[in-house]
Amino acid sequence: MHYDIEINNLSFNYEGTDVLEGINLRYAKEEFLAIIGPNGGGKSTLLKLMIGLLEPSCGEVLLFGQKPLHVSSQIAYVPQDTMANKDFPISVLDVVLMGRLSPKSTGRYSKEDKQIARSMLAHVGMSDFETHKIHALSGGQRQRVFIARALACEAKIIFLDEPTASIDTAGQIAVFELLKELNRHIGIVLISHDVNVALNYATKVAHVNKTLYMHDVPSAHDFKLFQNPKAHVCDIELISATRCNHLHPKQNL
Amino acid sequence: MSDILHFEFMQYALYAALIVSFICGIIGTLIVINRMVFIAGGIAHGSYGGIGLALFLGISPLLGASLFALVLGGIMAYLTHRNNTRLDSLIGVLWAFGMAFGIIMTDLTPGYNVDLMSYLFGAILSVSLEDLYGMGSILALILVFVLVFYRQLIAMSFDAKFAKLRGVNTELLYTLLILIVALSVVMSIRAVGLILVIALLTIPPYIAEKFTASIAGMMTLSSFLALVFCGIGLLLSYHFNLSAGASIILVATSVFLLQLPFKKR
Repeated sequence: MHYDIEINNLSFNYEGTDVLEGINLRYAKEEFLAIIGPNGGGKSTLLKLMIGLLEPSCGEVLLFGQKPLHVSSQIAYVPQDTMANKDFPISVLDVVLMGRLSPKSTGRYSKEDKQIARSMLAHVGMSDFETHKIHALSGGQRQRVFIARALACEAKIIFLDEPTASIDTAGQIAVFELLKELNRHIGIVLISHDVNVALNYATKVAHVNKTLYMHDVPSAHDFKLFQNPKAHVCDIELISATRCNHLHPKQNL
Repeated sequence: MSDILHFEFMQYALYAALIVSFICGIIGTLIVINRMVFIAGGIAHGSYGGIGLALFLGISPLLGASLFALVLGGIMAYLTHRNNTRLDSLIGVLWAFGMAFGIIMTDLTPGYNVDLMSYLFGAILSVSLEDLYGMGSILALILVFVLVFYRQLIAMSFDAKFAKLRGVNTELLYTLLILIVALSVVMSIRAVGLILVIALLTIPPYIAEKFTASIAGMMTLSSFLALVFCGIGLLLSYHFNLSAGASIILVATSVFLLQLPFKKR
């Protein structure tokens, strides 16, 4: 089997504290991978290691068989929507155009760049908002724009850090439906704070709390509970209910 | 009105105001959207160390301040990249060190000490032709920098992590930005002084941000606002015999207060 992401025996420590330990992971871009786990369990750290924003303390991350930063043009990243710079004067179209940045480009965006950006906005259903200021949008709309920006990168895998953190339930479902549809062509790797919503859409779940457990999400036949988006299972039920292959953290795949 | 313009010093002052307005409008916008006002403040005050050192060594104060500000800017860029969680405290240390060092150096300089006040609060009415050339070349440098790296600067300011993954060398670009901020601050010191320069770098962009929908628009409106503040400030200082730098800043802060009730677009 061919894998697009391979993590081998990765550990990461920050200022003397072990954040992640003995992580092994295999991912192929046909999968929809949800990373779940408690706050402070290392989800965001793992995602940043995958895309090369952080370097592992030991072990390795291979993206398409290479070091992540060498192939960053083939991936896209949707950071958590923090609204930290909320007065930033920029239009929706200009945000999406950032996805067309490349190391060599200077000056202005080309006509082709604008065409691609517009078609990506259409793809996420945000064409009518092209000239709106980004922060005049609702959380769900803004997240769609950030997904359009990621799509404008024409990447093979999109990594999303809590894409639905600041969105109401209806908006969350809309975003996940969009991601599910996108997953027919591109890889989706996301962190979710909501186990249940993630489980309805993910095909693989990684539970991260310093160490990592992989779960295949059972199909609807196996586990009726997941058919209902309002159903609720807690992490423990999830781990015991799904077919999980609990590897010993130190054990190599 | 036209009688003012017969004085050469007034013409120079207006040219200086024009150049400084564009410097502050463009660089001030980048300072505000990158939330590096404190870094700019640290460089502005710390650069007094360079003025003191230049007086001691007998070289041009503007040259001394520029070199000193570049070194301070370099240190701050390095500290930022190391992700120091106490960055603001360290900037505070550099801020105070530069000022104290400058004062001690002027103390140690034998003979007559130039007017400290003119560097603290500006001396736009005594700007020389040489100063104008200095300011003009920094403005040219800024224009080239912003035109070439406009997209990268916006992407980095909006979302540095995303920019980095798109292949933008964000560390290098941020360092270049800080160094250009350092030069801009030093050039503006001549006009409004190192204490007041922060007001001219932040007030116009802060107001402009409310009424514009793009960074280019924010830079343009900021430059225009800065020019209006400088123009009115100069007129007031001429007619009522007031300090030019302080008049400019009081005009700016008055407009700042007046626009507060307006909601952003």
